[in-house]
Order: sequence, then C-alpha cells, then structure tokens
Amino acid sequence: MKPLAGLLSGIIFGFGLALSGMSDRDKVLGFLDIFGDWQPALLLVMAAAVTVTLLGFAVVRRQRKPLFAPSFYLPTARAVDAKLLGGAALFGMGWGVYGFCPGPAFTALFYGDTDTYYFVLAMITGMWIASRLETRTSHG
Amino acid sequence: MAITGGLLIGAAAVILLSLAGRVAGVSGILWGALTEQATHLWRWLFLFGLIAGGALAHQLLGLPIPSPQSLPTSWAVIAGLLVGLGTKLGNGCTSGHGVCGIGFNSGRSAVATVTFMASGIATVFVLRHVLGAPL
Repeated sequence: MKPLAGLLSGIIFGFGLALSGMSDRDKVLGFLDIFGDWQPALLLVMAAAVTVTLLGFAVVRRQRKPLFAPSFYLPTARAVDAKLLGGAALFGMGWGVYGFCPGPAFTALFYGDTDTYYFVLAMITGMWIASRLETRTSHG
Repeated sequence: MAITGGLLIGAAAVILLSLAGRVAGVSGILWGALTEQATHLWRWLFLFGLIAGGALAHQLLGLPIPSPQSLPTSWAVIAGLLVGLGTKLGNGCTSGHGVCGIGFNSGRSAVATVTFMASGIATVFVLRHVLGAPL
C-alpha cells in the first residue's frame, strides 16, 4: 500500500503545482521579481500549503504510526550551519536563473520543452556532485 | 487557483506523512529514488505522480500549457546544476523546507526557506535589472 500512497500524494501534489501556477516559469520569475513588475499570487500558494501542513501535521502526530509504514521517517537535523545556508543560497540562485524548483520541474516535463529535460538531468548531476563533495568532506 | 493549488500541495504532504510516514520533499525523494534501492518504489511513483497530476490538471480543467522558454539551453543546464547542488547540500527545496519543514515548526527549515527566497529574489534582481538579461 505504501507505493500507492506515494502515487496518490504525487498526483495531488502535481495537480496542485499545475493549478497554482508553480509549474509556469514566467509566473515564478514574476513572483521573485519584487523590485520589478511583481506578481505576488504565488505567495498565496505557499501560505495555503503551509496552513494545511501546520494543521495537518499536528493531527498526524497524534497517530501512533503511519497507516502503511512501521514508523515515521522524519529529519533529525537541527543545526543552522554554513552547509545549510550555502546550499539554500545556491538553490535560490538556480531558482532565480530559470524559475524551476525540483517539484515544478518534474511536473513541467509533461509540457514537452526539451530544455526542461536538460534542467532535470543537470539537477541530478548537481546532486551527484554535491554527494561526492559531502563524501570527501566527511572522510577528511 | 493559487489558493486551491496551495491547499492541494499541503494536503498531498499531509497524506504522504499520514500514510507512509514520509516527508514530501521533492529533492530528497528524487535523490532517494536514485540511491536507496530497497525503498525506491514509492519514490518513483511519487515522481511519476507529479507529472501525471499536472497532466490531469491541464486535461480536466483546460489550463493552458505554459509557452516554451526562449533562453539558451545553457541557462537550463546551469540553473539545474545549481538547484541540484544547492538542494543536496542544503537538505531540501521549496517542498521539503518550505511546505513540510515549516509545517513541522522547524527553525532550520524556516531559515533555509528565507535564505533561498532571498537568494532567488536577489538573483532575479541582478539578472533582470542590473545585467538586463532577457528572462
């Protein structure tokens, strides 16, 4: 059942991304352009999504365990360090250059623009480079 | 549409947590799909769902398909590399830190979200209004 939970969540997530305009690069860049012709609509997407997770996660936490899994798999990191800040800053740069973050880039694969395929392949390559850097650093 | 879309995104994250016990962070799910052999199926189906759900929204609601971009392909490649590097080093993207992390009241995720938003805003400002780039 767990794979089906992934599918269901992904479909609803992708539907929401397309409906909200997050998978339209022009709208995202317009949203980030607060010093130009700012299009604030996507602020509502974030506000609505976070309202649901804040309320919904509080309810889910009362579950003893997930319906189709033995336990919850939650991030344990708490530190605000240079790796977090540097990574987030690099991610923001890429987001600002092209208007895609990872989820919308996947949803936009359906639109058939070949450059979106190159974006996703480059994104995977970037993750691989980062994982090599992490391995090298952690082994001294 | 922005609000309804946002509500659906939040609902998808709550559903994944409640049913599978997992955080709906797309960059983490993608990396896990490629590296965690034992538990990869739900991840691949989630990623497939992102595409299928978007397609469904356009088909059912008649939403227009965004027009193809006119930038050189190199921009897509450079941006993709930065997004991949940054989300892996920073342990999350708009969904993992923004939608889910803040939903968990995580200070770390709130800091990450403010950082990538500010960086994105600064990048668009420099490219559009300082360098006059055609994006």
